[in-house]
Amino acid sequence: MTNLQKRKLQDKIFHILVLSATLFGLVVLVILLKEILNDGLKWINIDFFRNFASRFPRKSGIKAPLFGSLWIIGLTALFAFPIGVGSALYLEEYLPKNWLTNLIQVNISNLAGVPSIVFGILGLGIFVNTLGFGRSILSGALTLALLILPVIIVSAQEAIKSVPKELKQGAYALGCTKWQMITGVLLPYAMPGILTGTILAIARALGETAPLLMVGAVTFIAYTPEGIFDSFTTLPMQIYNWTSRPKVDFHHIAAAAIIVLLILLLGINSLAIYLRNRYQSRMSR
Amino acid sequence: MLSKKARKFISLTLSLAIVIFMFVGCSSQTQKQTDNNQGKVNAGKLSGKIEVDGSSTVFPITEAMAEEFQKMHKDVKITVGVSGTGGGFKRFTKGETDISDASRPIKDKEAKIAQENGIKYKQIKIAYDGISVLVNPQNDWVDNLTVEELKKIWEPNSKVKTWKDIRPEWPDKEIKLYGPGTDSGTFDYFTEEIIGESGKIRTDFTASEDDNVLVQGIAGDKYALGYFGYAYYVENKDVLKIVPINGVKPTTETIEKGEYTPLSRPLFIYVSQDSFNNKEQVREFVKFYLKNARDIVPETGYVPLKQEVYDKQLEELLSGK
Repeated sequence: MTNLQKRKLQDKIFHILVLSATLFGLVVLVILLKEILNDGLKWINIDFFRNFASRFPRKSGIKAPLFGSLWIIGLTALFAFPIGVGSALYLEEYLPKNWLTNLIQVNISNLAGVPSIVFGILGLGIFVNTLGFGRSILSGALTLALLILPVIIVSAQEAIKSVPKELKQGAYALGCTKWQMITGVLLPYAMPGILTGTILAIARALGETAPLLMVGAVTFIAYTPEGIFDSFTTLPMQIYNWTSRPKVDFHHIAAAAIIVLLILLLGINSLAIYLRNRYQSRMSR
Repeated sequence: MLSKKARKFISLTLSLAIVIFMFVGCSSQTQKQTDNNQGKVNAGKLSGKIEVDGSSTVFPITEAMAEEFQKMHKDVKITVGVSGTGGGFKRFTKGETDISDASRPIKDKEAKIAQENGIKYKQIKIAYDGISVLVNPQNDWVDNLTVEELKKIWEPNSKVKTWKDIRPEWPDKEIKLYGPGTDSGTFDYFTEEIIGESGKIRTDFTASEDDNVLVQGIAGDKYALGYFGYAYYVENKDVLKIVPINGVKPTTETIEKGEYTPLSRPLFIYVSQDSFNNKEQVREFVKFYLKNARDIVPETGYVPLKQEVYDKQLEELLSGK
């Protein structure tokens, strides 16, 4: 074998390796989707969204967990986005760089890797017991907001860092104040990155169960929340409960609920892509 | 262009603020409402909250009751959690919940905490759960197991490696064991009754908190043996073979009559006497529970008690005023 052939062979082998790496994930995903769609699709109808949980799989629905999930996610975003972007702005634009900043930075990155159950325990201690919010939507949303804050802060920081210095200096040269520079130049430019990070973080929060179990999401609830102090359940909790039931049909409606959750996640992710593209095209104009 | 962006940003923040205020406004309103509703009846209409937490084994029964009760009383808000028997008692003894689901009686330690917090309660037996021992349907040699044999199989450092080790005439094939994990009340009960000491068991078996995993394991392996709640067997009769213990097969009748011993256990709800006396909705819910248990319990895969037993327990509760 000549040297050239050898190198071409190497190239081919590497090509096959990376291809199979990609396929591995894809194949598993396709199998999973097929299984879930097979089991769950025929259970999805209007009643599935209108009914509460029942001991009869046929009469069961996801009204309570769907509303619970939407409430939780809405509130979580409301808390986490302004605080996260605010912290990122402060860390990047206001705080002078020294060892203390580095320490804070390391801690934030570290927090992003802390297991979610730890945040659950924290939420139980602070929001449920100390602040007395009880086992409510508010406690759940605040806990999840804490959980995803590090991710939002880090991604917002990255987005802010990516703003070219020339643009910022240009704004200052034209006589902008810092506030004008941030709102007029920095944020619009960084917004696609910030939004992508935020929405992916929120999508993660949507699938969380462990911290919500700690702050007291219940399993059976037959009314939709009316305020932030009401009890709640969420889709992942309901799915977990259904999959552990003896009746096989419950596993099928669990699959149906998984489909709804996947569609919700897909919706959120496409919203992220849409927003990013919109801001990006506005930037390039 | 700059000011336009700035304006947009400000309007966005403002609208966010408005939404937050709306949320807060809503919540304080509903808070007031529930306060007013606490335990009151308006012209025969029940309202208010009932909070239940506890065992995941008992959950299906309470869920079914809550479902039916709520059909009649639309304004009553019932929540049922699954923190486990221990986790449920932790909240119950602090006075956080009205009713606690339990797959074992309250422990002395827990009862002491309740006493310290001034929580009085009544224990109500609501159903029986049989723990069933199962093998694969292709297993044609096992037709009975004694409690001693079960102990020999499951005890710590068990010498049973093959079926032959149990009875010499059985095949010389490795036995694959399946059982619930250590967090399960079924595990506690099984070890206590069979091994003689709660929590002691051999370590080389497949353990899962999810009984469906056990069902699949046993259904897919000719040489498997396992145990779990009777309700899971009822739903999977065609892929499992049930093993009589000491010659008694668990059925609704043998469990109800108390013949299937020692592997049938009672399930309970614990009712706070204070909630029962002072919250109309809790009182009505417990009454409903005990009056309909005989009809609803079998639908959830458990074995109900005799109606007289339910009636007697209700009387005791009512007289506890």
